[in-house]
Amino acid sequence: MFENFMAWIDKRLPVTEAWNKHVGQYPAPKNFNFWYFFGSLAMLVLVNQIVTGIWLTMNYEPSGDGAFASVEYIMRDVDYGWLLRYMHSTGASAFFIVVYLHMFRGLMYGSYQKPRELLWIFGMLIFLVLMAEAFMGYLLPWGNMSYWGAQVIISLFGAIPVIGDDLTTWIRGDYVISGATLNRFFALHVIALPLVLVVLVFLHILALHEVGSNNPEGTDIKKPKGSIPESEQSPFKYHESYTKKYDIVDAVPFHPYYSVKDIMGVVGFLLLFCWVMFFAPEGGGYFLEAPNFEPANALKTPEHIVPVWYFGPFYTILRVIPDKLLGMLGMFAAIGMLFALPWFDRGTVRSIRYRSKWHLLNLTQFAICFVILGILGTMPASDLANLIGRIATLGYFGFFIALWFYSKNEDTKPVPERMS
Amino acid sequence: MSNAPVNNGRRRFLTVATSVVGGAGVVGAAVPFIASWNPSAKAKAAGAPVEVNISKIATGQLVRTNYRGKPIYIVRRSQDVIDALGGHEDQLNDPQSNEAQQPAYAQNQYRSIKPEYLVAEGVCTHLGCAPTYRKGDFAEQVEGVDYGFFCPCHGSKFDMAGRVFSGVPAPLNLVVPEHSFLDDNTLIIGVGKGDA
Amino acid sequence: MKKVLVTLLCMFPALAIAAGASAPLDKANNDLTDKASLRSGAETFMNNCLGCHSLKYQRYNRMFADLGIDEKEGVATLMYTGEKPGDHITNTMPAAEAAAWFGAAPPDLTLVARARKGGADWIYTYLRGFYVDPERPFGVNNVVFKDVGMPHVFQNLQGVQELTDEAKAMLQKPAKEQRALSTDDLVLVQEGTMTPAEYDKMIRDLANFLEYTGEPGKVERKRLGYWVMGFLVILFILSYLLKKEYWRDVH
Repeated sequence: MFENFMAWIDKRLPVTEAWNKHVGQYPAPKNFNFWYFFGSLAMLVLVNQIVTGIWLTMNYEPSGDGAFASVEYIMRDVDYGWLLRYMHSTGASAFFIVVYLHMFRGLMYGSYQKPRELLWIFGMLIFLVLMAEAFMGYLLPWGNMSYWGAQVIISLFGAIPVIGDDLTTWIRGDYVISGATLNRFFALHVIALPLVLVVLVFLHILALHEVGSNNPEGTDIKKPKGSIPESEQSPFKYHESYTKKYDIVDAVPFHPYYSVKDIMGVVGFLLLFCWVMFFAPEGGGYFLEAPNFEPANALKTPEHIVPVWYFGPFYTILRVIPDKLLGMLGMFAAIGMLFALPWFDRGTVRSIRYRSKWHLLNLTQFAICFVILGILGTMPASDLANLIGRIATLGYFGFFIALWFYSKNEDTKPVPERMS
Repeated sequence: MSNAPVNNGRRRFLTVATSVVGGAGVVGAAVPFIASWNPSAKAKAAGAPVEVNISKIATGQLVRTNYRGKPIYIVRRSQDVIDALGGHEDQLNDPQSNEAQQPAYAQNQYRSIKPEYLVAEGVCTHLGCAPTYRKGDFAEQVEGVDYGFFCPCHGSKFDMAGRVFSGVPAPLNLVVPEHSFLDDNTLIIGVGKGDA
Repeated sequence: MKKVLVTLLCMFPALAIAAGASAPLDKANNDLTDKASLRSGAETFMNNCLGCHSLKYQRYNRMFADLGIDEKEGVATLMYTGEKPGDHITNTMPAAEAAAWFGAAPPDLTLVARARKGGADWIYTYLRGFYVDPERPFGVNNVVFKDVGMPHVFQNLQGVQELTDEAKAMLQKPAKEQRALSTDDLVLVQEGTMTPAEYDKMIRDLANFLEYTGEPGKVERKRLGYWVMGFLVILFILSYLLKKEYWRDVH
């Protein structure tokens, strides 16, 4: 019965073929470690955000007069509305945690290097759109921090010479942040950017499956056809689109091996996620900030205007550069450097395991600087904070510059052909 | 690569157990999404029982109120009208009110708690138009019956107990909502007799 | 490198201090499951606060249900303005005139426990932290809300508090040498109609009630949370065993 049905479908749409090629007979390196959970987790959070987001729009009212009250309406009057809202608000922070760890994995194991440059670029585009999505979503509860956070970030564009002021007015659709701004952010947040995100995620995965997954060793699991004796090849059945051109070694089919592993990862993640959501949905004041429980008020500035924690690193770079325009350029350059990472790194060895001590040191200082920048981003400005922030900013940009220099003739260790 | 034989029984058991428990989790996760479509506290507050002061309704007069978004007709019937209810039962679809269009305590000839007061939804059971109250000139519609409700949309006719006449598009009698009397002057709609 | 790191990390506490340490709060030790306390807090609020401060996102009937108050009794004892039980807890103070009287319109307090860092503890400290300050329009100031625009409405109950001489002297010092005030800096100079213990209890109940209105579903949230966590632990064990079972093929 089911077989007949699938045969009927397959004649018209290659469902079984696609399943085998991308899931059932997709060769995945057998040595994925903890860091390889975050791709599937990012996907899970994306689905969570989309579904809970759709449900929130059913009761949310995108207007300056009604937005704040409608969020409280969802929290109080709608059955389980509080749960849907917390799933969405906790999900926003979880998204960035997961994505930052996913990106760091790429840095550690050189997953951006040839031939995965385009895969990395798609990933960076996802990150960029995600930041825009989060920024616009953050305005929607129309709390006082929503309001002033958006005020500060939109004002950045005022630093652009000549057109700056007109541009900020155009973005706001008013002379201050107003209902007009809220409505356009709502439209972009609930439909335009999610569409772009979904398309980019699709392309990200398509590009991944074209070049194949990297792994903690940074080796290739696809060897030239005929170079590996049958007995040494991976004993599982893989789709002919892979085996026609390559001999597959050190791999397992994605399903069932990584599907069961990812399910375990998902449940482990949900344990943490639900713990925060049910017992500390404010995330210590970082996921839901205290001033955001007051309605937007154009006449009352919160004590410290700080962006949500996940913008912290980039916000600090902006803030510690003592010039408005340069600060903005610095912030965008920080993201631009990541885009260009595949070309800053001129090395051929991928994994941190086989690269030089200098690279290990450089990547470590980069990670530390990133965290420091993030922490500073949630703190009020002071002379001391600016000093530390400037050192960390130098560390951030220094990573890329140093990488470009030493990676050309790096003192690397020999990379084993096969996994032990 | 170990060549240990695959323990199929254990593998199948764990697959099924994880699927069943995981499936239960998915069902559980769906609950808030489904439950959120129930009427919210706001809708319930707006749909709360309505109290109506009936002391000022004149005999023969119809007053309208609103309960859960539906128009409610309250008519104070004269003794003549009440007496006439028995006279045209042969022309009605459901003279005994056998269809569940009213609470049990209103399943009687005058379809109400007190014969004097008719409480009914002003919603035609055909397609939901509001029937008009014809006071004295209903005989144009049904010979020999002076009072009744006439639906202007498709010509459905109801008598002064909200019972539908035969041969019109409306299939059922007008709905009588849950209602009761708090005291002689106060009618409450939405709370049934004996529930308060 | 390590030295630099250690130095950098050591600087963070210094940063926190530079950011201005917030006033030390007294612990309210309130309990959201204590319905008697919540009811007493609700009564205090309705009798003393509602004139100026609304709870405009909170519905009366939700409060009755959550606090275990019979609806008829609640309508009779806690509702003064002829609203329906399903209505929000609002008042009729005109915002514009109130702003003229107090300098700013008295804020809605539904979410005050969430909007103030410290939540119920802040409210508990604030309402016990008024002291005499002749320079202020209402003659009082507050240890956790400097130059507050609200009069001390409970002064006849609590009595009159003043700063200690030590605290007064501290406030005369240059700004850099000042520290944040706390309720330890206060002395009762004139007794009120309540003993300090009675007054603290009343305020604890009120703070408890306001934490409740900030998130009426909080108790339910945690209750559900335990079930979800328990379920996930079971599912995690199963999925771990399943993963191990399959990966025996590979290892």
